[in-house]
Amino acid sequence: MSAIQLTRSLGRAVALVLTLLILWVSYPYILGVKGEHYWTDDLIFILVASVIILVTYIRNKEHLLAPWRKVFRRKLAMISLIVIGIYVSLGLLDSIHFRKPLPNTGQSQQVNYSAEVLSVLDELLMPLKLHSEETYSAPFALYSYSKKMLLDAHGKPVRDYPRLRYAGAHLKNPTDRGRDILMTSLRGVVYALGGWLLLQYLLTWQLARRSQQRLTRTWRLIWRAQTEIPWRVVSLTLLIILIVLVPLGMLSVHYHVFGTDKVGTDVFYMSLKSIRTGLVIGTLTTLIMLPFAVMLGIMAGYYRGWVDDFIQYLYTTLNSIPGVLLIAAAILSIDVLFDNHPQWFPTIYERSDFRLLALCAVLGLTNWTSLCRLLRGETLKLREMDYIQAATAFGVHNLKIITRHILPNVMHIVLIIVVLDFSGLVLAESVLSYIGVGVDPSTFSWGNMINNARMELAREPIVWWSLFAAFIMMSLLVLAANLFADAVRDAFDPRLQQMLQKAGAEND
Amino acid sequence: MFAYIIRRVLYAIPILIGVNILTFALFFMVNSPDDMARMQLGMKHVQQADIDKWKQERGYDKPLFINTKAKGMHVLTDTIFYNKSISLFAFHFGSADDGRDIGYDIRQRMGPSLSIAIPAFIVGLLVNITFALLLAFFRATYVDIWGVVLCVIMMSISGMFYIIGGQFLISKTLHLVPISGYGEFGWSSFKFIILPAIIGVISGFGSGARLYRTLFLEEIGKDYVRTARAKGLSELRVLFRHVLKNAMIPILTGVVVVIPSLFLGALLTESFFGIPGLGSYTIDAIRSQDFAIVRAMVFLGSVLYIVGLILTDISYTLVDPRIRLEE
Repeated sequence: MSAIQLTRSLGRAVALVLTLLILWVSYPYILGVKGEHYWTDDLIFILVASVIILVTYIRNKEHLLAPWRKVFRRKLAMISLIVIGIYVSLGLLDSIHFRKPLPNTGQSQQVNYSAEVLSVLDELLMPLKLHSEETYSAPFALYSYSKKMLLDAHGKPVRDYPRLRYAGAHLKNPTDRGRDILMTSLRGVVYALGGWLLLQYLLTWQLARRSQQRLTRTWRLIWRAQTEIPWRVVSLTLLIILIVLVPLGMLSVHYHVFGTDKVGTDVFYMSLKSIRTGLVIGTLTTLIMLPFAVMLGIMAGYYRGWVDDFIQYLYTTLNSIPGVLLIAAAILSIDVLFDNHPQWFPTIYERSDFRLLALCAVLGLTNWTSLCRLLRGETLKLREMDYIQAATAFGVHNLKIITRHILPNVMHIVLIIVVLDFSGLVLAESVLSYIGVGVDPSTFSWGNMINNARMELAREPIVWWSLFAAFIMMSLLVLAANLFADAVRDAFDPRLQQMLQKAGAEND
Repeated sequence: MFAYIIRRVLYAIPILIGVNILTFALFFMVNSPDDMARMQLGMKHVQQADIDKWKQERGYDKPLFINTKAKGMHVLTDTIFYNKSISLFAFHFGSADDGRDIGYDIRQRMGPSLSIAIPAFIVGLLVNITFALLLAFFRATYVDIWGVVLCVIMMSISGMFYIIGGQFLISKTLHLVPISGYGEFGWSSFKFIILPAIIGVISGFGSGARLYRTLFLEEIGKDYVRTARAKGLSELRVLFRHVLKNAMIPILTGVVVVIPSLFLGALLTESFFGIPGLGSYTIDAIRSQDFAIVRAMVFLGSVLYIVGLILTDISYTLVDPRIRLEE
């Protein structure tokens, strides 16, 4: 890879990021809506931009690419990556917020905007969002969970289960439900197969073009699993996901596939909206703590002496406080701050967004210590290496040694920790929301769903569906993240498990 | 070694001071003593005189960290921070917002916490080590692969689901044990303890067993194991006599550090099962925003953590005679 090519592809990345930036700033004007950029939205944008630049950079460096090749060769890693990719795309769609213009009453030229903030995902899921029933209803139910006074055919009041307003409203006869569900699912499966064939064709075409082989030969290679990256597994995973998701999506327009909650909100909608919260906590927490952890960890290991003593004191102190209590104390303080200064956050959206960001920051505060400790140890080892001793002897500036020689050699640890931390953070959110120091109660999150659904198991008949939905959505993401993290760790540094164990021993 | 321990204990003091400064700063940065007084006395119609009286009664009428008006050592000692945190060092936790003595409550609640944490801890350790040894014995076979997959799946499920699922299945559907509650003595308390303890074991199983498996595999790759096999020992004997014994060093040191924090109990388990331990105490305090209790528990947690670190160092020297605590 020559320098010219590198500059060219980096230039392409910068152009891509700039285009995204322009789109990010200008989409409200293009769509004719009022854009709402929350802090977490902007941070997510920064994250996406840096990932794009990083990917471009890595693609051109063979030594950086090699471990990633190892990751992509693993079947489980690829399956997890696809699952994570679907979650991430839903989360990104949910991070573009806007307010729609209200219909013009004709009085003035000025356009008024609705007070409700929507995201692109809301817009896509509009039927689910609007189909709000009165109270609980079971998955695929046509009748409400609780009885109500109704008028029968003769106008006499009777207590019975009322029909749901939206679920199965298109059915003339309630007994048609089974047939309708079956037919819709079958249609969904057919669409899914069609979509999958198209995707499969595109994939084969792209691979054939890249390897400059004929289409049929590439096709054969894929299906005999003779490709370097397990494309057969990839395409089978896609097939399964499509066969599950497409019928589910089609059914969710006419039924509540995961039922409704106490106030009648569609649980499927809630669990999809919760994705963003989980992802934000899993990623932004690390993004916030990373600069501190890396800087302090390397400084402690490199300068030693009193700098090391101070930084060690700092993280031992933070570590010694039980994590939950530190988070609780910080969040309680922030709550008091909210109560004392209501004017800072005029809308509930801004308030809950700030709470989410604060939660990320606080989780970062408790989480940076383990990475810092690992980096300190690694830097201590590195600084005794001959090449760094040589650089010091030549009089290279400390800062340059750190950025040129130490930082690149500890980046794999940073990467592994970032990936490993993700699943733990998603799980932590649910626990914190249960204790009451998690995200704002108005934010959709799996933790809030579990917390609200906890008492519903005591009802008769039991309301199991919100818990079930949160369980499935959360466990799937965490499982995929765990499997992917394992693959990354094995590829980059299989010995890190032991180091982590040692750090964990002093940490837990 | 004695001198080393003394030094470690002394080193704990600046850490505990740091912990206190942090919690104080966190709390008073946003919540001034005036705000506290107003909150306690009721938000409306509070005269400044009442606030001043309240502050004087509780000792909140001094500057927070540094008293510029005082002389000599009193610059630091005649402050809220000094007065409120010096008593923590003597384990006088003061009283909660509802007037109860925190120290008494903590002593009362230690027992229930330990009665669940200790069985769960010991059984969990045994189960994890046994399973990990099994996987190490069958390493690189399907038993091993699916065992690891099982561990990863169990790790990926939030602990809350184990608790909710266990309560639902065992208590509500099968009626084997009560859903929640706690009994004081003997057999009657056993039926309350068994389910939380089992769930504690299950929720720690995935990560624990997987970690120990890695540690065993690490040892199995070493030269002395090959030597042991070469002299004709059976695989089982190698595993138990050599691998297990040597892997105990990292396992033990990882385990010792958590022993002191068993006192703090398991937050979620205790809260869900209604056990009057320190875990549920903490959660209740957080929910009711009782800062005095949170501060006391933070302090207690830090002390136990530091005790854990010291115990870890000592246990190193006990299990591995090559290590000396000097320098």
